[in-house]
Formats: sequence, structure tokens, C-alpha cells
Amino acid sequence: MNSIIGYYSTQFGELWDKSLDDLFLEVASGILEELRIETKQLDAIFVGNMLGGVVERQLLLSAHLSELLDVHIPIYRTEAACASGGMAFHSAHEYLKSNPKKTVLVLGAEKMTDITASEITQALATAASHKEQSVGLTFPGVYALMAQVYLKKYGYSEEHLAAISVKNHAHGILNEKAHFRRLISIDDVLESPYVAYPLKVLDSSPISDGATALILTNDPQMMKNRNIATILASESATDTISIARRRRLDEMESTKVAGSNAFKLAKLRREDIDVMEVHDCFSITEILALEDLGFWKKGHGGAQAKEMATYIESGNNLIVNTSGGLKAAGHPVGSTGIKQIGEVYLQLTQQAKKRQVKNASYGLAHNVGGSGGVAVVSILGV
Amino acid sequence: MVGIVDYGFYVPKHRIKVKDIATQWEKCADKVELSLRITEKAVASTDEDILTMAYEAASSFLTANDALKKKIGAVFVGSETFPYAVKPTSTSLAEWLMLSHDYLAYDTQFACKAATGALLSAIGMVKSGDISHALVCASDKANARPKDTLEYSASSGANAWLLGREHVIAEVINWHSYSSDTPDFWRRAKAEYPSHAGRFTGVPAYFLHLGEAVKRLLEKSGTKPSDYKHVVFHMPNGSFPLKAAKQLGFTKEQMNAGYVVPLLGNSYSASALMGLVSVLEVALPGDKILFASYGSGAGSDAIQLHITEEIDKKRKKFKQSISQKEYIDYSTYTKFMNMK
Repeated sequence: MNSIIGYYSTQFGELWDKSLDDLFLEVASGILEELRIETKQLDAIFVGNMLGGVVERQLLLSAHLSELLDVHIPIYRTEAACASGGMAFHSAHEYLKSNPKKTVLVLGAEKMTDITASEITQALATAASHKEQSVGLTFPGVYALMAQVYLKKYGYSEEHLAAISVKNHAHGILNEKAHFRRLISIDDVLESPYVAYPLKVLDSSPISDGATALILTNDPQMMKNRNIATILASESATDTISIARRRRLDEMESTKVAGSNAFKLAKLRREDIDVMEVHDCFSITEILALEDLGFWKKGHGGAQAKEMATYIESGNNLIVNTSGGLKAAGHPVGSTGIKQIGEVYLQLTQQAKKRQVKNASYGLAHNVGGSGGVAVVSILGV
Repeated sequence: MVGIVDYGFYVPKHRIKVKDIATQWEKCADKVELSLRITEKAVASTDEDILTMAYEAASSFLTANDALKKKIGAVFVGSETFPYAVKPTSTSLAEWLMLSHDYLAYDTQFACKAATGALLSAIGMVKSGDISHALVCASDKANARPKDTLEYSASSGANAWLLGREHVIAEVINWHSYSSDTPDFWRRAKAEYPSHAGRFTGVPAYFLHLGEAVKRLLEKSGTKPSDYKHVVFHMPNGSFPLKAAKQLGFTKEQMNAGYVVPLLGNSYSASALMGLVSVLEVALPGDKILFASYGSGAGSDAIQLHITEEIDKKRKKFKQSISQKEYIDYSTYTKFMNMK
């Protein structure tokens, strides 16, 4: 079985004094030192990064990493917008399925704060349909359209969306690596300025720098005396890049397909899942994720969100985004998918410290690229 | 003894309220005011620029004293909104003030600390005995791109400082300057408005440089925060100086006299020095003053000053002067600032 044997994360936030190279080096050397693994024990590296070519004008990241880590093994770079990290993990899992006794390093890193807000917004918008970009639609606009449809169709208000951010900030305060570690209230969210109606600043994940790393192996020797979580499934699915071509705006087909396939492979029921990290680039996204993954009935998400049903202190059996989610932990895009899996790994191996969910045995990570053009759903167990 | 011999200031009478700018751009005025801690800012009129304002500031104490004017051996003007890219403002100012022609003149730029660097250079020249007096002016008609956060704070104003060895009102005891290549705020040649790097202007820029300059000055001078009666820090907005003061161990009371930004805005190179003007109105002989400017790009000049008995002869009515004001609306503001 393919297993995760370790996770490492840099601080997330505005890391003014760190370049993409610095982040790669910190996270790679961090995990290798922590697990006492040498680079010669690695068979391949998978790296998720979206914007290196735009922000730092740096492509051919494989050669970059070869230089930084002094290795000559195969290095695969995946780009799937905000799901770049999830896709790197998915690709590593696929690699291990067909290569016995191998150990791989999976990295995700993004440097986002060295350019202006308008430049980074434009760079992120390259993951939207070029036709839709050309009429001025950026990601906040895309998700705002989804939110408008959802609120109108099911009779919810902006307050229902706001509860997602409130809950994720309450979790983020427990995560020492989070970009934001402060509590916010429903009023704070509602009073924050609009980015694109009905989404406001505090409905939106931030622009962050950060890097994360996992070590995956199927070599029984490498698993000895380690904290292990088994990869029960990692499935990805795609959908149209244009939102105008979607059947519906109140759901993400890619999430539904990837989620359904992952549960079939893992042979688990929804109620078996104890902890989840889902994509909350905007508050609406988390509600849609919980519905599309089959945890909440379509249209019920708003009410569940307002009740803070997945808060760590809710007493319920399913806790979502203990890391603080993208909203509070931060969203260095290429790193996010790895962070989500890393957080689930920490929970399942009882290493999540103050935010530990008791008796967590199964966990799920859900990573979205673009406005749902790609989704990766991974399920882990111990 | 070397230090400030006399000083003058000029604050244009026109003010625009922050709430009027916020309303123009459909922003929540209360939140903007709360966040920046600025209520209104001074705006120079259509017929005013940094030269006219520097002249107003310097002439307010110099015109009547021909003998003194002839002793001035250096004229420096610091600004980031010079009317000419090539052609000194300092010589025009000296001419208008009818100084001698035996002076060293140059203009200096270093964002908001353009004048304090010149002031320290002038102190050195006076201290060495090469010249007996120097005139240093800080003057800015600060502009900002419409709708940019800077628009709420960028204001106009000038002050002028006569430095010498006799009849000193505030002795320069010690100073320390801390600088690094930190691009937090800039305006490229021929660019209409300055650009800035948002929150990057905070921790790695303002707070680091000003903090280090102050800490190193305290160490160098063997003083501690409580030794100072008044503290003035550069005021890009209302929150930064208060936060810096707290971090460095100074109290709100020490900041009070020089904290002029809520009603005047940030007159860039004249901003911190306007705080010093305000302090000099109330400072008493024997008071110790800690002053620190900040200039983006980046650097901070921290200066330790001691007030002497001479202060009472030179005290200016700053508070009363700035209470004479006239409010303008946003459209008048765009006209005054020549915004296209």
C-alpha cells in the first residue's frame, strides 16, 4: 500500500524575505532532516507549482530543484492552478502504484507576494477561460456568480456564507503555521468590503507565500518505525474551463466525480470520514464541496454552515478544515493541495496538537483548480 | 553647541476631509478613518508648490534679519515633489530670500526623509566650522493616484530650519541613521504618481528601519525611552507612529505633542519635522526630544535633541496657525492637485 510517512510545512503568510527557491529548499531539507532520509533514498520528486513562470519567470522547475537539492532523479512538475499540489500528490500516488519499493518526495510551493495585487489577480485569472478573462471576469467574479446562484436558489443570505470564514478562522488560531491567527465574527465578515457581490474580503482566501512537503513510499522498509497514514484513494476529475459551459453553477461536477470515485475505491461511506480539508478559496466553495462530496444534501449547506456543524468544538463527527482552510491558513496555491493532505495526515497520526480531532481514523482532502476545472479528492486511513 | 537656531513652518489653509475622499470612492468613511487615524489633510492650492511653501516657511523668521541671512553658508531643500527634474529649488529659494551668493546649495531626495538627511549633513558642516549657519527646508505637495490608499494621507506642508552654533534652541546631541535597499515605495522618473508595495511598507520597511535607528541611537547615547519628554516619529498615517512607539517602549503621552497627522495628513518630507515644529511650541528648557524620520527605499534618521533656555525667544504659534482653515470638496481638491 502507498503510504505517507511524513509531512512538513513552512510558515504561511507574507514571507517578504523568501523566494520560491528559499521555500523549496526550506521545505525539502526540513522534511528530509525531520525524517532522517537522505536524497539518495529518493526515487523521484513531484512538485506542484502554478505561478513560478509568472511571478519569478522561472520554468523548468525540475532543473531548479536538481540544483537546489543536488539530485539527478526524475522530477515531475504539475500545474493545475490551485490544484497543482493535489495533482502532484495524485501523480505521485499513480507513480507508486506501478513502481514497487519506491520512495518519493512531493512538494508544493508558491511565491505570490512579490508582485502587486492586480498583477497576481491577473496571473491567477490565467486559470480561467480566456474568453471569460477577456470580458473582465477574475476568480472572485466567477465564484461570486456561483454564490449568487446558490443564495438565490436556496434562499440563503450572506450571513450563511460568513459562518464558513468564522469557523475557519477559529480553527486557524490553533495552527501555528497559519497565515492568519485571529478570531473573526459574522459582523466582521459582513462589514468587510465587497470584492465581488456577494463575496467580501473576509469571504476570500488570501494571497500567501508558503511551501509544504510529504514523503510517500510503498517500501515496507521505509515505513518501519514511522507515523504512517495509508492512501486509500486519490482521484481526480475535470470539467469545462468556461463557467458559461457548465450545466449548473450551484455545484462542481469535477468534485462530484472525483469524490464518488474516491469513495468507491476506498470502500468507505461518508459517515466513516472524521476529518476533512476542503477547498475554501471563497466561503461558497466550502459549502458546495460538502454538498458535492455527498456529505450534505444539495441546498442544505447554507443551514449547516450557519450552525457551524463542522467546527472542532461542535461535538459532531465530521470536522472540516482544522488547518484553518485556505481562508485562515493561507493559500499559496501550489502548496495548498499538499497542505490539505498533510493536515489530514497529522490528524490521523495524532500529531495535530491543539487542533487534534479525537479518534480520527479516516480523512479526506479536496483540492480544486480554477473554478472547478480540476478537482482532486484523496482519502487516507490509519 | 550645535543645533537648531530658529525655525518656521507653512501649512496651507485648505483641508479636505478623509470622509469626503472615502465617499467619492464609495468606501466606508468610518472604517478608513479608524484604520488610518486621519480625519483631514492639508492641501496646497493651485498657485502653490514646494518652492512657494518652503519660502513661506523660511521667510516667516528670516526676512527681517539681513545680517543673519548673509551668514547662511548652505541651503538645502528636501522634497519628493520638486517642480523641476533638473534645476535646483534651493537656489531659487535662496534668491527669493535674498541670501548672499556665497552658499552651497543642493536639493535632496530620499522619500519622506529627504530633508532630515540634509539636516544631519548641515549639522556636520556647522560643527566642523566650515560654515556658521545652514538653512534646511522640507517641503512637499504630496500627491497620490486617485483611489489609492495614499490619497487619504498625502498632504502638503513645509518647514524650515536654521542651524548654527550660537543661540541654539535645540541642541543636536547625537544621531544615528539606519539604511538598506528596501523598495517599499517609489516613483519612477516621469511617473505621475508614486507606487507602493502595500503591507510591505510596514514591518520590513517603516518599523524595521525606524525601530533600528531609534534602538541604536538609544544604545549609542546611553539613554532609555523614559529619559525623553517628547518623541516624534515619521507619520505616514496615524497608526504607524503609535504602533512603533509601543514596540519601542514609548508612551502615548510622549507622542502627544508631535502627533499632528490626524489633522494635517502626511506632508512627506515635512511630516516628521512638522511634528517637531509642534513639539517646539510646548517644549521647555531641559526637555529631551527623540526624533526619527523615515524615508522609503529605505532609511531612518534618529536624532537626540536637548531644549535650551533660548526656546522661549523663538517659540512659534503652531496650533493657532493650523486652526485657521478652509474646507474644500473632492473636485476642488483634484483641481488644486492638478489631477488629470
